[in-house]
Amino acid sequence: MFELHQHSIRRQGVTILHEIELRIEQGEKVALLGPSGAGKSTLLEALRQQQPLRSAWCPQQGALVPMLSVFHNIYMGALDRHSALYNLANLIRPMATQWQQVEQLAAELAIAEKLRTSVDRLSGGQAQRTALGRALFSQRDVLLADEPVSSLDESQGEALLRFALSRHHTAVSALHDRELALHCCDRIIGLRDGRIVIDAASQNLRIQDLNELYRRR
Amino acid sequence: MNTTASRLRHTTLILAVLGLLALLLADISITTRDPGIELAHIGNGFLTPDFFSTEKLWQALGYTLAFALQGVAVGSAGGFLLALLWRWRAVRAASAIVRAIHELFWGLLFLQVFGLSTLTGLLAIAVPYCGIFAKVFGEFLEESDRAPARALPTGSDAFSSFWFARLPLVWQHMKTYGAYRVECAVRSSAILGFIGLPTIGFHLETAFRQGEYSTGAALLYIFLVVILSLRLWLRPVLLPLWLFATLLWAPPQASVTSGRLIRFLSEDIVPAPLRQSQWQWSELADWLLKLLQEQILPGVGQTLVLGMAALLATGILALMLFPLISSQFGHRLSRGAGHSLLVLLRTLPEFLLAFVFVLVLGPSMLPGILALALHTGAIVAHLCGRFTDTLNLRVDAANGLNRYAFEVLPRIYPNFLAFLLYRWEIIMRETAILGVLGITTLGFYIDSAFSELRTDRALVLIGAGVMLNIAVDAISRGLRQRLRLRHGLTDQN
Repeated sequence: MFELHQHSIRRQGVTILHEIELRIEQGEKVALLGPSGAGKSTLLEALRQQQPLRSAWCPQQGALVPMLSVFHNIYMGALDRHSALYNLANLIRPMATQWQQVEQLAAELAIAEKLRTSVDRLSGGQAQRTALGRALFSQRDVLLADEPVSSLDESQGEALLRFALSRHHTAVSALHDRELALHCCDRIIGLRDGRIVIDAASQNLRIQDLNELYRRR
Repeated sequence: MNTTASRLRHTTLILAVLGLLALLLADISITTRDPGIELAHIGNGFLTPDFFSTEKLWQALGYTLAFALQGVAVGSAGGFLLALLWRWRAVRAASAIVRAIHELFWGLLFLQVFGLSTLTGLLAIAVPYCGIFAKVFGEFLEESDRAPARALPTGSDAFSSFWFARLPLVWQHMKTYGAYRVECAVRSSAILGFIGLPTIGFHLETAFRQGEYSTGAALLYIFLVVILSLRLWLRPVLLPLWLFATLLWAPPQASVTSGRLIRFLSEDIVPAPLRQSQWQWSELADWLLKLLQEQILPGVGQTLVLGMAALLATGILALMLFPLISSQFGHRLSRGAGHSLLVLLRTLPEFLLAFVFVLVLGPSMLPGILALALHTGAIVAHLCGRFTDTLNLRVDAANGLNRYAFEVLPRIYPNFLAFLLYRWEIIMRETAILGVLGITTLGFYIDSAFSELRTDRALVLIGAGVMLNIAVDAISRGLRQRLRLRHGLTDQN
């Protein structure tokens, strides 16, 4: 599915990823852990570039258009499935069939009653549910998500992440909650300073092993 | 829908309906017999410019720059002084009135007193610019941080604290704005040629009216080069030198006798019925009513119709043009071409564009709408395009029309509306002066009144124009506040 070999990325003289060796097989549910600045987002982007057409992409920044409704932001996941004119018509006035599909997904994400509200009027958690909704509505088989549930509390976050993972056969998500990662994913990749320092199945890891990643030097 | 977008959409819809209504009411007929042939002649002129046919060319260029530089110098100095008194309501009101009257109308007014003289050229620019500078400088000072001034030792005198803790905060903004205004002033100065002053506009009008399009094209090319190269040779350090040179070459003077001045103030501008020794209020009322019915109402009505139609056309054009220069669309080559097109349209004064279009299409509203929309549309498109460069879209954002409609347009729309509403007042101001070209806006009646030597009427008509402008400004400000729009760019006023 994904394969990186001796993969390095430098930006403005700073090494962000350092000779990464990585294989991810179909069916794996992977969590990316590591302190901020470790290169998680950059690694996700490198993976996306390998499978741009199969990836449901849920980034942190620029994910949503603030002044448009939740419906439109979720609908945008499907822009490539329709002609530009059909999309334009839906921008001006949502069609019943599209509304139904989006509403069904929004109900499962618990934001159905916000469908007509613009994203700039939502709470952080609701906005995150919308961003995940956009990724899910793209109906692709690989989920690449960057901190998709960071604004939700633990139990809600876990439920939402499990739901999102259940809709994709393969998934890589950057997370900061170590317990959540151990519960929901079957493989953990730990990054530090642009290098992979942990790569193991979750069942073989304990929370203490992961804490090592974040310890100050 | 309970969305920010739908609120913006609502306002847009109202403006668009008003614009369409105006287009229905507007006379947009083509009245020349063969617009195609005329256009071909003009196009031919632009392909074969003749740079050596007018020997007065350099002289005209000199006067154009002299009026512009002297006008900005006097206007900015006056505006600076007024800005210090900005908290006084009377100062704000006076500067609003002064800047609501276009340079061209000030020119016509000063012509009555000072004749065709260098002083008229200087004052026609200095007076309205004084009002503009007062507002902009006043707002700079108002919005600047007061903490440095408050932190001074108690007992510091107001004079020192102004120079040490207030002015330095806004000085850079004032310089940038001043440079932008010099460019505007060169355009205004050129336009003053259309009322007879010896600037480049005078020769342009003559050449085009006589069908000497090769000469006209050459003048236009030179004018473009001068404005586009302004920043290269008009360095801030050299400014005193240039100013001194223009003062030597075209010292502001006029041969005016005190008798003429007194006659202007005590007779010319006094409403005709009041000039008799025994007059009655009813006569004045009749005079005003007649003026209102025959000139003010039709003039204001036509100005509104043209202005609203032009606003709609401007908005549509800007939304079509901004992707040309946006880094979200196209490639380097297409953006380069887009920039060239927008620079060209921004640099040519709308009045000049309207003049050429009137020659081709005849004096209906069509040339006015076209000229205003092309010039203002290019400005708004430029501002919007520049704003899209700051957007950080997600890497998997759609392309083409989908990118435009879903990702970019909703994000820039609040700014687009703010730019457009800011420009509305300026569109109305320019609409009024298109009357000088024979389009029946308020300026048509003002120009006629001046040429019939009825200064009293002209003054009342100008007053009506001032009220129209101030009303439009108030509506635009109200709309922007209601929609909580702020464009955050002060360099375009």
